[in-house]
Amino acid sequence: MRALLALLMLMVSAVPLAAQEEQTAPYAYRQLDDPAKEEAAHDLMVALRCLQCQGQSIADSDAPIAGSMRSLVRERIAAGETPDQIRDWLMERYGDYVSYEPRITSLTWPLFALPLVLIALAVLLLRRRFARESKP
Amino acid sequence: MTGEPESAANKPSRWMIWLPLALFLGFIALVMIGLYRPAPRDVASTLIGKPMPEFDLPPGLPGRPGLASADLKGGEPHLVNVFASWCLPCRVEAPQLERLAAMGVPVEGISVRDRTEDLKQFLARYGDPFQRIGADDDGQVQLALGSSGVPETYVIDGKGVIRYQHIGEIRAEQIPMILEKLEEARR
Repeated sequence: MRALLALLMLMVSAVPLAAQEEQTAPYAYRQLDDPAKEEAAHDLMVALRCLQCQGQSIADSDAPIAGSMRSLVRERIAAGETPDQIRDWLMERYGDYVSYEPRITSLTWPLFALPLVLIALAVLLLRRRFARESKP
Repeated sequence: MTGEPESAANKPSRWMIWLPLALFLGFIALVMIGLYRPAPRDVASTLIGKPMPEFDLPPGLPGRPGLASADLKGGEPHLVNVFASWCLPCRVEAPQLERLAAMGVPVEGISVRDRTEDLKQFLARYGDPFQRIGADDDGQVQLALGSSGVPETYVIDGKGVIRYQHIGEIRAEQIPMILEKLEEARR
């Protein structure tokens, strides 16, 4: 048991053999000084997908590439670009996939149209039913 | 319900009763197909066929030139390898890049979020096929290229247009394919 524990300790403390990924992007973990700009940057960062850990936004992710993306967003916001311009720049490179913001395209429009069609159908059916029941 | 007997005309017909179940089963089938089909995990760059974004990276190693987009417009196709010393698949890929370099293919490197010391060790251990190495320390050129990880290899034609993006390591059996892409870029 003790030997096992010692082995476990050794595994935990073992020096990593591989070189470490280094994050030097200036604004990966630093907020912008202007709170309004930081808020705009943050609103965009929660709507952008981390390219490595694909279920997370870059605001949530600790992956180094997400840090680079946060820095990109903050640097460009600080330079006066609008969030839409930055999102377009990224989508030009990575496609729709990088953005969590839903877009209506020739492929996605049924997703937006279907609920409306269903509601219209329900209203129509209910009206017919109520009209029938109110009749003597 | 009012308890009024429904007239025969208002009764749903026999097949209509099964319609919701059929729709539900159809939905289940769709979900199962989606669950069992492996989802693509790679995020491909949408810059294929477009010119390389403008960049000018400082040297990653002392004594080796850095990499600028202007270096890739010399009339000859290049391989641009996005790599890093901390990236394990890059070690798997290193012999293939060396073989390509030995065949006379110009191989340029962009090292991402790396340190000079680590880079030196990596190249000493796993081979150094690079003519130039640009140090992309803050990862901004990687993002400009539409690269979502390391290693990735781009085939750039003589005019600096991105012709092909290879995601992941180049394996030994993929060398002929890479050579073919370079040949296509020459045309």
